[in-house]
Amino acid sequence: MNWDWQIFWDSFPRLLDGLVIALQATVIGYLIALVLGLVFALLRRSRLVWISAPVGLVVEFIRSTPLLVQLFFLFYVLPQFDVHLSTLMTGAIGLGVHYATYISEVYRAGIDGVPQGQWEAAKALNLPARRTWTSVILPQAIPRSAPALGNYVIAMFKDTPQLIVITLPEMLTTAQGIGSETFRYPEPITVAGILYLATALVMSWIARIFERRFGTVRAA
Amino acid sequence: MTEPSAAAAGSPGEKATSDDGFIVFDQISKRFGKNVVLDDLSFSVGSGERVTLIGPSGSGKTTILRMLMTLTKPDSGRIRVGEDYLYHEQRNGELVSAGEQHIRKVRGRITMVFQQYNLFPNMRVLRNVTEAPVHVLGRSQDEAEERAKELLDMVGLGDKLRAYPSQLSGGQQQRVAIARALAMDPDILLLDEVTSALDPELAAEVLDVLRDVALSSDITMLCVTHAMKFARDVSHRVLMFDQGRIIEAAPPAEMFDDPKQERTRTFLESVLDET
Repeated sequence: MNWDWQIFWDSFPRLLDGLVIALQATVIGYLIALVLGLVFALLRRSRLVWISAPVGLVVEFIRSTPLLVQLFFLFYVLPQFDVHLSTLMTGAIGLGVHYATYISEVYRAGIDGVPQGQWEAAKALNLPARRTWTSVILPQAIPRSAPALGNYVIAMFKDTPQLIVITLPEMLTTAQGIGSETFRYPEPITVAGILYLATALVMSWIARIFERRFGTVRAA
Repeated sequence: MTEPSAAAAGSPGEKATSDDGFIVFDQISKRFGKNVVLDDLSFSVGSGERVTLIGPSGSGKTTILRMLMTLTKPDSGRIRVGEDYLYHEQRNGELVSAGEQHIRKVRGRITMVFQQYNLFPNMRVLRNVTEAPVHVLGRSQDEAEERAKELLDMVGLGDKLRAYPSQLSGGQQQRVAIARALAMDPDILLLDEVTSALDPELAAEVLDVLRDVALSSDITMLCVTHAMKFARDVSHRVLMFDQGRIIEAAPPAEMFDDPKQERTRTFLESVLDET
């Protein structure tokens, strides 16, 4: 097997551009997932069945169908309803909505982990439901969820190559482009692999710092 | 503060507190699965009265408190607090299941201190005490903090305002919980085995605080405890529970020194053996 170091080194700048786009999709997608995941988790706990049941159904549906199918759907079907989004936004929304369903389960576990006594104390002080959530339950539930939440950023980043199907010029798309221009695939794909690995390692290092800093609930 | 001096002198048991039916339990039943916890129970408590509930575990004492705090719903029967039913409200002349708004209104007169303190671990001591006054009673931040500092001084924790609950001993946490409850200016204070999780020395400091509170205020108190000395000091009346019923009710001196029921006698002997 021959190996062209020239192409290997030349691939870096363009693939780094691709990496930036992949990171943009991850960051926007993750923010969507964090917020929407919480919305899902709270709505599923609603005592009103006509809210909790349909939301539960939607969450299960999204979670049980492939991300790839959802991306195709967003990319080809939304424009038919006159919804026109950039490929970056389409990708970020696809990732965000898909991961929101996983993240809602993480929040659920975090919320369930808050001791019953905390709800009872809130009731004994007659705190309204909304205040109980915002000042007592969520400030304890979210730090509990922090470790798992960190893992999902990395998982989401590693799913960005799937955005190739909506032609977003992220890293894999770019590597494939370089390949078809130079007829050399091993080098750009290898560079892409190295960059995925390096980024994921940095992310997990950052996630661990966050976890240590914000992930501690002061035990009662 | 309006308490007659006889009570302050430490013999409240002998003071006649008229039972004006401030809190009324009317034919309350509750079962958990097959286990009957309360069996067609009726009793009442006067306003300003301090009642201690004793009896073996599982006899329904804690369930009484939890029902008043709306943490456990009765299967049947009614509970009235002052003019209002707790779980029922008048609508078009009919007594129907109470809505959340009505329950919140009645619950606002009641608060509870728990065996496991249940302080909010994500808040500092001061905010534990100001949170509800600000967001439930609508007090200003300054007003709530001033009152919280007074109360925390009173329970001997005026120097711990900035601490988190996890930095305090169990006895200190429970004293914060007492301050937090009193900050709500309750008409009714429920004490659910508040010293059971504490070793004797820490329990004593909590009971000292509660004794002061009880003897210097006119808050109606319902207290589930095994601290018999405390019960004797502060309560007007003691109710002995067994198998979901009240089998004996008497002022503490009478209950502890000359119980009428054999069951009460054996129970008191077993408790005294422990301590």
